[in-house]
Amino acid sequence: MKFTLSWLKQHLETDAGVEEIATRLTMLGLEIESVIDRAKGLEDFVVGHVVEARPHPNADRLRLCTVDFGSGVTDVVCGAPNARTGMKGVFAAAGHYIPGIDVTLKKATIRGVESNGMLLSEREMGLSDEHTGIVELPGDAAIGERAVDVMGLSDPVFDVAVTPNRGDCLGVRGIARDLASSGLGRLKPLDAQPVPGGFESPIQVYLDFPPDKADACPYFVGRYIRGVKNVESPRWLQNLLLAVGLRPISALVDITNYLTIGLCRPLHVFDADKVHGHIRPRLARQGETLAALNGKVYELDEEMTAIADDEGPEGLGGVMGGERSGCIEETVNVFLESALFDPIRTAATGRKLDLQSDARFRFERGIDPTFLVDGAEIATRLILDICGGEASSLVIAGGEPEWRRTVPFRPERVATLGGVDIPGSEIERILDALGFEFQKEDKLLKVTAPPWRSDVVGEACLVEEVLRVHGYEDIPTVPLVSRTPLPQKALSPIQSRRVSARRALAARGLVETVTFSFMSSGPAALFAEGVESVPLINPISSDLDAMRPSILPNLLQAAGRNADRGQPDAALFEIGPQFAGVRPEDQTIAAAGIRLGRTGPRDWAQPPRTVDVFDAKADALAALAAAGASVDRLQVVAEAPSWYHPGRAGSVKQGPQNVLAWFGEVHPSILNRLEIKGPVVAFEVLLDRLPLPKRRKTAAKPHLRLSPFQPVARDFAFLLDEGVPAADVLNAARAADTGLIAEVSVFDVFSGGSLPGGKKSLAINVVLQPRNKTLTDAEIDAIAVRIVDRVAKKTGGELRT
Amino acid sequence: MDHVDALRSELLSAVTEAGDLAGLEGVRVAALGRKGRVTQLMKGLGTMSPEERKQAGAALNALKSEVASAIELRKAELSQADIDARLMAERVDVSLPARPEREGFIHPISQTIDEVVAIFGEMGFTVAEGPDIEDDWHNFTALNMPLEHPARQEHDTFYLPSAAEGERMVLRTHTSPVQIRTMQAEKPPIRIIVPGRAYRCDSDATHSPMFHQVEGLLVDRATHMGHLKGCLIEFCRTYFGVDDLPVRFRPSYFPFTEPSAEVDIGATREGGEFRIGHGDEWLEILGSGMVNPAVLENCGIDSTVYQGFAFGMGLERIAMLKYGIPDIRTFFESDLRWLRHFGFVPLDIPSLVTGTG
Repeated sequence: MKFTLSWLKQHLETDAGVEEIATRLTMLGLEIESVIDRAKGLEDFVVGHVVEARPHPNADRLRLCTVDFGSGVTDVVCGAPNARTGMKGVFAAAGHYIPGIDVTLKKATIRGVESNGMLLSEREMGLSDEHTGIVELPGDAAIGERAVDVMGLSDPVFDVAVTPNRGDCLGVRGIARDLASSGLGRLKPLDAQPVPGGFESPIQVYLDFPPDKADACPYFVGRYIRGVKNVESPRWLQNLLLAVGLRPISALVDITNYLTIGLCRPLHVFDADKVHGHIRPRLARQGETLAALNGKVYELDEEMTAIADDEGPEGLGGVMGGERSGCIEETVNVFLESALFDPIRTAATGRKLDLQSDARFRFERGIDPTFLVDGAEIATRLILDICGGEASSLVIAGGEPEWRRTVPFRPERVATLGGVDIPGSEIERILDALGFEFQKEDKLLKVTAPPWRSDVVGEACLVEEVLRVHGYEDIPTVPLVSRTPLPQKALSPIQSRRVSARRALAARGLVETVTFSFMSSGPAALFAEGVESVPLINPISSDLDAMRPSILPNLLQAAGRNADRGQPDAALFEIGPQFAGVRPEDQTIAAAGIRLGRTGPRDWAQPPRTVDVFDAKADALAALAAAGASVDRLQVVAEAPSWYHPGRAGSVKQGPQNVLAWFGEVHPSILNRLEIKGPVVAFEVLLDRLPLPKRRKTAAKPHLRLSPFQPVARDFAFLLDEGVPAADVLNAARAADTGLIAEVSVFDVFSGGSLPGGKKSLAINVVLQPRNKTLTDAEIDAIAVRIVDRVAKKTGGELRT
Repeated sequence: MDHVDALRSELLSAVTEAGDLAGLEGVRVAALGRKGRVTQLMKGLGTMSPEERKQAGAALNALKSEVASAIELRKAELSQADIDARLMAERVDVSLPARPEREGFIHPISQTIDEVVAIFGEMGFTVAEGPDIEDDWHNFTALNMPLEHPARQEHDTFYLPSAAEGERMVLRTHTSPVQIRTMQAEKPPIRIIVPGRAYRCDSDATHSPMFHQVEGLLVDRATHMGHLKGCLIEFCRTYFGVDDLPVRFRPSYFPFTEPSAEVDIGATREGGEFRIGHGDEWLEILGSGMVNPAVLENCGIDSTVYQGFAFGMGLERIAMLKYGIPDIRTFFESDLRWLRHFGFVPLDIPSLVTGTG
């Protein structure tokens, strides 16, 4: 909402300066976006009278103008086509800075003729891009006067962010009222003297709504004005409109805009000669169309309010008028509309048609239902003053709807909810200044909000009114203390295990990233195995048109972008949501990560190697461990979703059903589709599938039993079929004597060479930890035999000798 | 006994002159070995008279022990020189870089969430969460934003297909629906914060279609605007690490709070960059207010008994201000150079008591 200082002063008597007004508005809840001083840098330019414009002796397209600028007369070379004898323009003398072209003007000789200044275009003044000619000032402008004053630029513009509840402040008067209530000046009375009607309007208004939808347009005030002349608006009106960004069109249109912004009273003026019969506000009919004032044609439906005449819609109630019956320069007889429209229906109409307007913006926030007649009278007076003509008596259809609401208000709530003690008299003063009426009943105030404040519906609203006018800065600060002497844990176990997994993965050298929850639906489908794809109905772009079924594709694409920037060996992870549907239970939190290319940079001491599936396995197990899983009790099997390499990927399971994680090389065809150079290994840990940690009775760790006897280590190498998993061998060996065997590890695997085809050699190291006595050689040999037998039985492996 | 003295000085100088351990060993064998000269002399003692033997034996013993200790001393010297020489030969170029280790980082948003949780955690708030895909009722209607409410137009909402039951689904436009879910599930007193993702159909240097907010909600019987100010001033000063940071509350409007306040912090602008603290600029950082009674009632909480406050702030915004990050879109570009520059080392775990973060 923009307005100027002089516009504000039409309603507010105040000596306050621009800064003070701006600060006060912000502290009243009318946040100042900016205060624009349009005169800044233009103060030195003056009204110049072109005494004579004659052709330049040496250039066809240039003119030589003799300019009287009040304190002197000088010659200026000018290229503008509209530079002509007798006109008045904006003169800049040599030595002045021209903001629009960033040049300090110097005396110059142009094609052999001296030029001592410049006549400026709007672009040169920095006002607009207009550069087809120089600015033409009115003929009555005083020579030598500051151009900014003549052009209305010395009137500072306020730009206020009006919150959706304050429809009343979409009029300058509403803003003035708020300022006055806070003590910054006095609200001037509004002159809405009725204009006597000279005749009966030939156009009548018939509200034509079904009874249950009468609220669509309950009240309509009209007036016929005949014999007007739709001239250009006077300068003061044009300047006000220009200042707030509206283009002056004609007096009739400008007056409606002036009331919309000044008094928050949107109006419409029909060319009465183009109205067929009478005005019949009604719901539109399916199939009806309206060619609106913005030059577009809209299809209407039965939920929209049409301002129709006997033949069809001439306007969309509360949103926009129609082009056919709009006023043009030749318009002579007009019909003025000052009506009330239902906020919700207006909003729905505008939203459905994607049609914004100053009228809609105000009607959907609620308009003063008591100001229709006054608004019509004020507009009539302006029309008669500027355009002449003769006004009919008012045409009134419907009537003021019931708007009064009584809100019981306990003034002590200002202290108990608002936190500040304000004397009752001050509370009452503030309410009164804002236009609230009240009756005292004991300690209770029965408050009636003014008709322009439909947003005030309860006691809390009244507390806010009192507080904001009194000043939020006066609310004493009270420390917020914890309810318990020491704070409880802020995170639940599920939340804190995510934090642990995040820190653990970063500690392993992975860089955390955060990517969008949405992605391109094409790649999304590649990662949605047996999962419903979730498209966005209105994506911001086509490559962000589906919810991600997995975090991986976003990470892969991020790695691809990094490779393009010369960072090929990315190691990235993200912990975040993935989506299998739109219901809350379809959203799960996963930790996913990828490693690309090599394990590190080339190095003199430690040559890097290509990343492989075991890097991803280590990441997955580390994340699981950090999240509290007992990793040594989980099983790893060679099964994984389709986006992994079928031979180089696995799942981590807890029990036969519950898959906690996947890891492996990413399938080469996926990399192809995403145009990423591999190899890439990846993991996904489905954190939500981890069982909740059991609440333990004590934080104490199990008893530590240290053995005084030396551990004994023995190596075994087995010849196995190539398909036998190492884990089977390890498990078999471990099971040979669970009491004595402390550790089993693989230290060598190979195939080929001297081995028969289809066979591999797997070498393990077994550590025996005696507990009660040192083992004899015979005892050690006996265990070795058991290990060999057990492995042979479970895996078919035989000891290599 | 002159020959003993002569032998002594001869042997001692031979010890001193031995240039390496092998030479010294030669000296030792020649003097004290089985056929060494001192040994030979001692063997000659047997032919002497008891009187002579006593005298000569003492002298020879003294000679033997004197030569032996001289050899030991020289041996230590030579060994040390040997070790020194070997170590010098083992010299490496210590200016060579150490073996590289991959460094991981925590994303600034995760770090900011942990910081915010650390601060509000001290004030007794616990972390609540809810789904990113919300129904219209939780995201709007229950928060006092019925259909066609003008405030809805300020939320550039992403829409999703209906769930099976047919209600329109949206990507939550703020974390506020978790207020509703919490109040439906729990009885007052309530003290929660909700860090999480939010979505709006908008993108420029200060808007991203996905961003993060932290919501706060406190409901009890007596908390008022003064407590809201106390809580948020304390947060701002602690988070930004400026003890006397100016914090300004000014009236505003949110459908789900009444009265409502926006909160600004003081700043100076230096060469286009903000510095948080005293200055002539105010930077808006969060919205807040007392929970609208209509919202309490929508959740089945008696608004004549309970009241409280709520707030919401953009996590990217406060991270940008604190850490000098100029463009919100860069948070989600996964540029490794950016992540390494603005990221945090994994052991930098925010905590008020240990003083990190």
